[in-house]
Amino acid sequence: MLSIKNLHAKIEDNQILNGLNLEVRPGEVHAIMGPNGSGKSTLASVLAGREEFEVTDGTVDYLGKNLLELDPEERAREGIFLAFQYPVEIPGVSTINFMKTAVNQVREARGQEPLDAVSFLGVMKEKMKLVEIDQSLLNRSLNEGFSGGEKKRNEIFQMAMLEPKLAILDETDSGLDIDALRIVANGVNKLRNKNNSIIVVTHYQRLLEYIVPDFVHVLYKGKIVKSGTKELALELEAKGYDWIKDEVALA
Amino acid sequence: MNTVVETTPILSDILGSLKPEPGLKTDAFNSLEKMGLPSNKSEEYKFTPITRALEKNFNFANSNPQSELNTIDKFAIADVDAHTLVFVNGIFSETLSRYNQTDLQIKPITGLEPGFGTLADYKTDALVAWNTAAWSSGFSIEVNPNTTVNKPVVFHYIHDTTKAEVKSFIRNIIRVGKSSNLTIIEKQDTVGEQPGFSNIVTEGFVEENAALSLFSLQADNGKRFHFGQTAIMQAHSSRVNSFTLTLDGKLIRNNLQLILDGEGIESHMNGLYILHGDTIADNHTVVDHRKPNSNSNELYKGVMEDNSKGIFNGKIYVRPDAQKTNAFQSNRNILLSDGATVNTKPQLEIWADDVKCSHGCTTGQLDEEALFYLQTRGIRKETARAMMLYAFAGEVLNTIAIEPLKNYVDALISERLHKNF
Ligand SMILES: Nc1ncnc2c1ncn2[C@@H]1O[C@H](COP(=O)(O)OP(=O)(O)OP(=O)(O)O)[C@@H](O)[C@H]1O
Ligand SMILES: [Mg+2]
Repeated sequence: MLSIKNLHAKIEDNQILNGLNLEVRPGEVHAIMGPNGSGKSTLASVLAGREEFEVTDGTVDYLGKNLLELDPEERAREGIFLAFQYPVEIPGVSTINFMKTAVNQVREARGQEPLDAVSFLGVMKEKMKLVEIDQSLLNRSLNEGFSGGEKKRNEIFQMAMLEPKLAILDETDSGLDIDALRIVANGVNKLRNKNNSIIVVTHYQRLLEYIVPDFVHVLYKGKIVKSGTKELALELEAKGYDWIKDEVALA
Repeated sequence: MNTVVETTPILSDILGSLKPEPGLKTDAFNSLEKMGLPSNKSEEYKFTPITRALEKNFNFANSNPQSELNTIDKFAIADVDAHTLVFVNGIFSETLSRYNQTDLQIKPITGLEPGFGTLADYKTDALVAWNTAAWSSGFSIEVNPNTTVNKPVVFHYIHDTTKAEVKSFIRNIIRVGKSSNLTIIEKQDTVGEQPGFSNIVTEGFVEENAALSLFSLQADNGKRFHFGQTAIMQAHSSRVNSFTLTLDGKLIRNNLQLILDGEGIESHMNGLYILHGDTIADNHTVVDHRKPNSNSNELYKGVMEDNSKGIFNGKIYVRPDAQKTNAFQSNRNILLSDGATVNTKPQLEIWADDVKCSHGCTTGQLDEEALFYLQTRGIRKETARAMMLYAFAGEVLNTIAIEPLKNYVDALISERLHKNF
């Protein structure tokens, strides 16, 4: 599904990704962990198509296409979804209205008929239930004045609406209370199937108890320096990153 | 003031074209002769080169062409049932107008109305002086006390420049009696390719507990050069709401002045300018708090594209007597291109000590981060842009309380922003 080879990316004069490799097959869940500032969000941004980041080397193949050639909206239409670590506030644009536009533009690109108001509302109600989000929140300006947890829940609601093939969840767990974490994780799990893949960026083992990963990777200084199964997350939780940094220093 | 006035050729043409009757018109003529037209050194017209623009585009020795316009349907404000007063090339057209006088008096202006010439100051502003000396038509609109006027009054200022350039000078006076209400909508449009200059001055008196709503729709895609001065005196517990929309024109200068001469007054000034091409739009507003316990709230927003230029100057005066005043002002601008500019200047002069005043002005680009966010949801960049600009404009649009008028303005804005969602 996704094949990242030797990816190098920089912003202004800061080289942030330094030869990153990652293979994600359909149906897999990959967790990416790593110290602050190691490049996790940068990877997510590059995959979603943020223009500020310049890819200086390497390739990203997504379902047989050169992902790096596509505009962000084209990537979304091809099934990529990024749940932002810091969702953006957009005054005056309600989640409902913008989602209606988004869903219909995506449908149009996929050769489907647009949803009329009634069917859209039907789909929306169903997805709202999935992440237990209140309609009053969706009527408000997008993320404006939302609590941290409400923003994250709204991200997963949007994911549910857009039914991506590859979802990248960037620290969706941070800011969620214990109940919300369970609800959001359950929501994600319900969207999981053998054709969809998920990349979960997280700092904490807790989320991975709910969204159980097939692989866990450690991203450090712009590279994946260690990969393993879900036990690696437990080990990181117990030992921190120093031993990995030591390994890298020795190598 | 002892400034030496250079008599530019345009000024002698203008003065030569005027034959003021004795009285106020002659006083104003003398004042114009003394002041001359504003130069680029004049503080009030620093960013708006109106004299140069007029010199380049008009010959004031010529008189206006005749017009054969027999319909203005395409300029009508859809679904707004109104009294319509139509001016073509500065002359009132009885045949194109539709109005009745059941709940208000609509009379041709004479210049003898009480209060005439007392609010729009022909001694300090040359363009007001010019209007005061030159006006050839206009109306006195009067609403008796305790009267609810159901229909708005729409002024259509039409230029027919098919044959030649047009200059129009219109003067109105409005009086809303005690506990009455009135809505005025002004709209400018052009047929023809030649330039047109309008100079329109309106003075208004809003009496105790009365309400006046003023709308100005400036979406004239002809070669419109415009000077407008609207000056309103508000008495105790009166309310004024204004909304000025500028989407088009060559050079548009709006002077809007509210004098809050009583207590318990509410004044709302809203403005929206979405400019493109080489349009220059200049809003100069004055809110003059003269008595205690009144509120004013001003919100102007602008979007500038191409080589367009927005200017906002907002003066707030709080006089020594005007304790417990609340006065707020906000001017927000978005520049969409490198060639677009905006000059914004709040000017607060506060002589009272127990007041709440605030002002803020911002100028920025469209938020790239927000654009990216919308794009990652599959929304085309152009749609995302339109969405954000429409939301930006929406804050001002939503102040329009008359639903069909709001829909009409909404359609104008949506078309401008290529809204397709
Ligand atoms: N716009 C930018 N300009 C300069 N440096 C940047 C920019 N954006 C990110 N960086 C730098 O790139 C590095 C990687 O940042 P990134 O956000 O990818 O880290 P992260 O692994 O997601 O960290 P965290 O766990 O704290 O979220 C950091 O050192 C950061 O300061
Ligand atoms: Mg991050």
